Amino acid sequence: MNGLTVNKYATTAIIWILLLTAPFWLPLLGGYTALAGRVLVFALAAMSFNMLLGFTGVMSFGHAAYFGLGAYGCGLFLKFVAASTPLAILAGTLLGGVAGTLFGLLLVRRRGVYFAMVTIAFGQVCFYIAYKWDDFTGGYDGLRGFVRAPLDFGLFKIDITNNANAFYFFIVTIFGLAAAAQAFILRSPFGRTMLAIRENERRARFLGLPIERHIWLSFSISCFFTALAGSLYALLNNFADPLGLNYIMSGNIVMITVMGGMRSFWGPLVGAVLFVMLQDYVSSMTTNWMFFVGLTFVCVVLFFPRGLMGMLQKGART
Amino acid sequence: MTPKLEIRGATKTFGSLVAVDNVSMTVEHGELRAVIGPNGAGKTTFFNLITGFFPPTSGEILLDGNNINRIPAAGRVKLGMGRTFQITEIFPELTVRENARIAVETGLGYSLKFWLTAADHKRIASACDEVLEMARLTEKADRLVGELSHGDQRAAEIAMALALKPSLLLLDEPTAGMGDEETDQVTGLIRRLHRDSKYTIVLIEHDMRVVFHLADHISVLAEGKLLAEGTPAEIAANETVQNAYLGKAE
Repeated sequence: MNGLTVNKYATTAIIWILLLTAPFWLPLLGGYTALAGRVLVFALAAMSFNMLLGFTGVMSFGHAAYFGLGAYGCGLFLKFVAASTPLAILAGTLLGGVAGTLFGLLLVRRRGVYFAMVTIAFGQVCFYIAYKWDDFTGGYDGLRGFVRAPLDFGLFKIDITNNANAFYFFIVTIFGLAAAAQAFILRSPFGRTMLAIRENERRARFLGLPIERHIWLSFSISCFFTALAGSLYALLNNFADPLGLNYIMSGNIVMITVMGGMRSFWGPLVGAVLFVMLQDYVSSMTTNWMFFVGLTFVCVVLFFPRGLMGMLQKGART
Repeated sequence: MTPKLEIRGATKTFGSLVAVDNVSMTVEHGELRAVIGPNGAGKTTFFNLITGFFPPTSGEILLDGNNINRIPAAGRVKLGMGRTFQITEIFPELTVRENARIAVETGLGYSLKFWLTAADHKRIASACDEVLEMARLTEKADRLVGELSHGDQRAAEIAMALALKPSLLLLDEPTAGMGDEETDQVTGLIRRLHRDSKYTIVLIEHDMRVVFHLADHISVLAEGKLLAEGTPAEIAANETVQNAYLGKAE
């Protein structure tokens, strides 16, 4: 085992200790538990997006579509079908994931800017449908009138509806399972073909890899995880927002990923911490908080092109 | 015995330009064939016809006696054609071992797998060790390929081609842009593959020194046509070749 591997394990251990103890230390710093939940939701969305950008080398500018579809799927299920949180999450994840998988079929032959443009277009289509379909989606006001249901294990119930800490640990659990699944995929032979496509598409093709199929699968996986994050977002707020489907949200996901470090597995989590902190603290001081987010983004890209995590890793190595 | 590779009257035109004009070539099993010619002779187009980058306008390409005109590049890889590129194509930000591993896993048909058994892991590891050993990269296995010298990068690219267990190895100017030492390293590797591992190899080259010490037979192209064919000694003595190519090159 070399120094780099030890470092990796140490990073993962520190991250998990911090996440699992967040409800205890966060209030001391003036935060609140729901803030930590928001960090995890954005982190999961950005990590899922990063499977595509950072690990397959494909740029999507429309991941808000799958995030938002996840949120609406989850909310609509709770509102109209049944008061079950796990099933609602499943519904949201399937809605966003299947939409992404089908849409991916149209996408895989596009590359670069064209790929990004088509993803934006699809995202905006979803946004306008949610925006205009007042009766079903709540239109401009968003989808209200649902609350996350307590977890019912038969013998006992966990009240995630009112107990903020219980809900936070629920999110941490799902986040952990999703992150483990992503790490597992990235370490599989399929995961290595994603890296191969990122590194050199021509070489990968001449190894005999069907590039389009692999990009499609990678896109689909990324969309399922992003929709899972969206479902959690709806539960977090008891609300699904049409702006969650908007290209601005897609841009936020990109910014979080790039700020955190797109070559690093945990980079998007670091980016999400920074983003949510800026959003929360700066927006309490000025309505122009986006300006400061943008400024930070530009600084990070200019001075640490590999993101905050890239900078930390470099620091640890030298 | 059917030859490994046979090209019968291959022609490729781009609009009014005839890039390859009625070229035939037969490569036997275990043979090392060099295709040479001055710049613009149609070498690369000829190579692209063999690898399946595009189909010939007319003529036939036979692999093990079967017509492969209509089979695209990826399909030809599956039929046993491994290739390298004029500009080295590797995965620069991955280690040498990871480069080899991706090729090995693809060759074994594992590329859509999410889960490997212990036996799979063993099989992959030993296949990686084998190709890295052949390319003499064992000691550099954990370095990033992008950080290696030109010669080692080329060796890594050849190792990836070997990982697919090809029955025919196609090398596009394997020593392009290299210094003397690196050229020796790469020609040494090609010679070992040919003599010790009995690979059938077709290579394109314009560095004459490389070709004359390596090839069993040489095909000379000029202006898209086959100018001459023979052993290195015959080619060196051929007056037409000397006029068209050697005279100019020296």
